[in-house]
Amino acid sequence: MITTARSRMLQPRPLGQRQRILLAAGLLCVGLAIVIFLSLTQGSVALTGSELLAAALRQGDAIHQTILWDLRLPRVLAALLVGGALGLAGALLQGMLRNGLAGPFLLGISAGAGLMVVLMVGVGLVQIWVPLGAWLGAVITTVMVYLLARTGATLSVERLVLGGVAFSSLFGAVQSLLLLLSPDGQIQAALNWLIGSLNGRGWTEVTLVGPGLVVAAIAGCLLARQVNLLSLGDDLATGLGTSLTRSRVLIGAIATLLAAGAVSIAGLVGFVGLIVPHGVRLLVGTDYRLVLPFSTLGGALVLSGADLVARAGPVELPVGVVTAMLGAPVFIGLLHRRRLRGGM
Amino acid sequence: MPLESRNLSGGYGDRPIVEAVTLDLERGEWLSLVGANGSGKSTLLRLLSRVLKPQRGTVLLSGRDIHTLPPTAMARQLALLPQQQTLPAGLTVYQLVSLGRSPHQPWWQWDLDDAGRQQVEAALHWTELEAYRDRPVSDLSGGERQRAFLALALAQDPQVLLLDEPTTFLDIHYQLQLLELLKRLNCQRGLSIITVLHDINLAARYSDRLALLRQGRLWAIGETAAVLTPDLLRDVFEVEVALVSTPVGLQICPLAASVPASALAPTVG
Repeated sequence: MITTARSRMLQPRPLGQRQRILLAAGLLCVGLAIVIFLSLTQGSVALTGSELLAAALRQGDAIHQTILWDLRLPRVLAALLVGGALGLAGALLQGMLRNGLAGPFLLGISAGAGLMVVLMVGVGLVQIWVPLGAWLGAVITTVMVYLLARTGATLSVERLVLGGVAFSSLFGAVQSLLLLLSPDGQIQAALNWLIGSLNGRGWTEVTLVGPGLVVAAIAGCLLARQVNLLSLGDDLATGLGTSLTRSRVLIGAIATLLAAGAVSIAGLVGFVGLIVPHGVRLLVGTDYRLVLPFSTLGGALVLSGADLVARAGPVELPVGVVTAMLGAPVFIGLLHRRRLRGGM
Repeated sequence: MPLESRNLSGGYGDRPIVEAVTLDLERGEWLSLVGANGSGKSTLLRLLSRVLKPQRGTVLLSGRDIHTLPPTAMARQLALLPQQQTLPAGLTVYQLVSLGRSPHQPWWQWDLDDAGRQQVEAALHWTELEAYRDRPVSDLSGGERQRAFLALALAQDPQVLLLDEPTTFLDIHYQLQLLELLKRLNCQRGLSIITVLHDINLAARYSDRLALLRQGRLWAIGETAAVLTPDLLRDVFEVEVALVSTPVGLQICPLAASVPASALAPTVG
């Protein structure tokens, strides 16, 4: 015991590990509080702090109450849910596939959901059925990718990624063809969804999808040790008592439910699920017991922040445009850094 | 008997690489698998550790078939150190070694319990890595890294440890250091060990028994002195060797690559 204590003194914990985590948690919480406050108060009708408080207590100006309770609050909640789900789904898939370039849409989720929505808009089934259709399209496509990747009883990472790419390009092509053939008005409706937007999202979406997303998020975070084990490589993970196929199915299923739920609320919001886990790993390291919950919080912060930016201008932008405009340069930066380090 | 295989065959795809291997590992014994490239040493080790599913035959761990045991129950008794490790970027030594406790933890338990922490400390102590606990594994030298992965396997608290070429990327100093450490664990803690070793002299020096493999079959198995003969080594490696008595026991000195008998056979027609 003495030697242990002494060697600890000689080699102090390159500290920070604990402090860095606390700092990161603090930053995220403060950031979330600020963004939520701004999202609730800012907009075409700005509310002051006291007006916000009054409206929250169902007092004061009736219009203010409506703005807060029926417009801004559900929209902020939707942004938090979608962002958190995408961040966590991205982190789960990056960990499971041992690939930093994986995102929540890698396993064909976006293409499946997109094709389904374009089909539905084409048939004239709008609005109400779109979330359900998107969800189904996403889930069915991922199941197909998994079935394709399966060889005997094993499930290889390479085949999963390739299957995702194959289905994505096939469905993407069909989707483009359908868009080209459809009349202008329908293209507009479909595009708005394909880019990803939170415009007009209300309690219906939040109450319908929200509880499921929260349950999936908790389940996802509990899979952290499985993700850690998978990151050690197939042989070592097997030696440590992991069933590779079962872990990959479980993690993929949770990530798909999260991403499909997010897509059914907001459409195809890109880059959040790709970028956030990278940022989180820079902050807290690669232990997925930390990466997963932090990616959830980080995703929620980034998307609610992006939505705030999206509706700040004179014309409201789809939030997907904002995340792509901000996210793509960040991603290019990450790639550039990797290249300098000699990786990838 | 901690680990035994019965008529074990297996490989990749339909082609068996290992054929009909039956062997036993005694408690507290160190057995080394020796053979030429492609003789099926690593495949045999992967079959013994459930990484590969056998095409025929069984592997028994303390008398129970490893393919009917739950994976975590197997991992509580048997640990595997593969030849090449995937380096999880950024993971510290302590975090890595802690993962060795996974088979002992219920799935919902995030952190180590007291027994787990003690076992991790013990594994760090044996491998002399206490001072490195908070260093990222990727920053360690080759020898330290191999010790970190060995500590991971020891944290599993196994009765049987399988190691695939544990010394391949190490210089002579670290090779001896690692094998001495294994010998201590083997003698003092009764750990049963199977290693795949490329270097016949190291295998002869440290193991109790050698198993010679040739084209996927068990060619000979026995005490080192009984197996280390010029005839058997010619069969397995197609080399002519001289045996030399040294302070560390019987060692071989390779003389020349022997010409396979088939090449000398007269061609007909």
